[in-house]
Amino acid sequence: MIVPALPVRAGPAGRPRPAGIAGRPRDAALMKIDPIHQFNIEPLFTLGHIGNHTIAFTNSSLYMLVAVAIISILMLASGTQLVPGRLQSVAEISYEFVASTIRSTAGAEGMKFFPLIFSLFMFICVSNLVGIIPYTFTVSSHLIVTAALALLVFFTVLIYGLYKNGLKFFKIFVPHGVPIYILPLVMFIEILSFFLRPVSHSVRLFANMLAGHIALKVFAGFVAMLGFSLGALGWVGGVLPLALTVALTSLEILVAFLQAYVFAILTCIYLNDAIHPGH
Amino acid sequence: MAESHGGAKGPAGAHTEADGGHHGGGFPPFESSSFASQLVSLAIFFVLLYVIVSKLALPRVGGVIEARQNKIEGDLTEAQKLRDQSDAALKAYESELASARMRAQAIGNESRDKANAQADAERKALEEQLAAKLAGAEKTIASTRAAAMSNVRGIAADAAGQIVQQLTGVVPDAASVNAAVDASLKG
Repeated sequence: MIVPALPVRAGPAGRPRPAGIAGRPRDAALMKIDPIHQFNIEPLFTLGHIGNHTIAFTNSSLYMLVAVAIISILMLASGTQLVPGRLQSVAEISYEFVASTIRSTAGAEGMKFFPLIFSLFMFICVSNLVGIIPYTFTVSSHLIVTAALALLVFFTVLIYGLYKNGLKFFKIFVPHGVPIYILPLVMFIEILSFFLRPVSHSVRLFANMLAGHIALKVFAGFVAMLGFSLGALGWVGGVLPLALTVALTSLEILVAFLQAYVFAILTCIYLNDAIHPGH
Repeated sequence: MAESHGGAKGPAGAHTEADGGHHGGGFPPFESSSFASQLVSLAIFFVLLYVIVSKLALPRVGGVIEARQNKIEGDLTEAQKLRDQSDAALKAYESELASARMRAQAIGNESRDKANAQADAERKALEEQLAAKLAGAEKTIASTRAAAMSNVRGIAADAAGQIVQQLTGVVPDAASVNAAVDASLKG
């Protein structure tokens, strides 16, 4: 969620602000940059309790639902014409894009996991892109979400690899052509990197989203801060951070897509290990 | 959400000051109190998405793409078939044309030869006819000339008899006159 903190005229007659904006403008001078606020989890209503945990429908849940709804509309409401329209083209391009990614990295056998990888890619991509819209929430800016998705991939790879190849699956830890005296070290590194995969897999996505949104928020906040603190001079000075915010927003759109793609292609590469363990 | 106007100055200060509300402070992504809610909603919505994608969305879009692929391939084979047909038709037309041309030439040669032969025969017949007529004409001329010549002798004999009678008053003997005319005709 980017909150550009659009300046509001100081005074009691200030416009009502949308909920969730950082630093409520009771007094414009009080407006501060709070780049962390956008990541707050706000329970909207309680669903129930598991143990002593309260399970609530939060703003994060809402944006997960939004992402699922957008993907469903895109994939189910687009036409089925022979010559596709715009929406149908988007749906077909996403289909072909993910399918070709799987085929090129995990081979034709990887198409078994097409629904999983397509769901992962579209879920991350759509929720990231929605998250760039100001005042929204970015689902993948929370480590717990990306970690859950990465562990889902990790256990899918582990379980499918063992189910399909049995003990041969562990050949992924023993590369070919390594001298015997160095093998234990290599195996140790391979095993370590295998178990660190979910960490890098999840932290990469989480950190990219978090850092991008913080940077956006900081630069956008400068615009308002300069405007309020320095008056006319500040408005002129605010042009630079505003331009930076615009540039960063376009960069973030790229990052949003790219991180979804990276997540999907790493999933394919990990699944390729499960399908063809013999390096 | 509404409580959080703690006034953090930046990322560094945010850690302690941001969000003075019911979350107990701290950096939101690391607040373990929200993990259960997030995990449950992620599980619900991701499973929902997976079911929608695997049961409805991918078969639908994949079916459309496959149908298009089949249609394109079908159209291409259809076009290839039509082209083969038209190629065959063109070939048949060309061979038909060639044979027709050959036949036409043969007919032309034949009729020209026939016409030539007929013309030759007619000319020969005409020439023979003409030759016969010419011979007849020459015969007639010769007989006419002989007749004329014998008439000339009679006339000459008569004229000689008259001349003698006029000069001498004596009617000459016809035999002697004839002999004299013959003699002078020979001379």
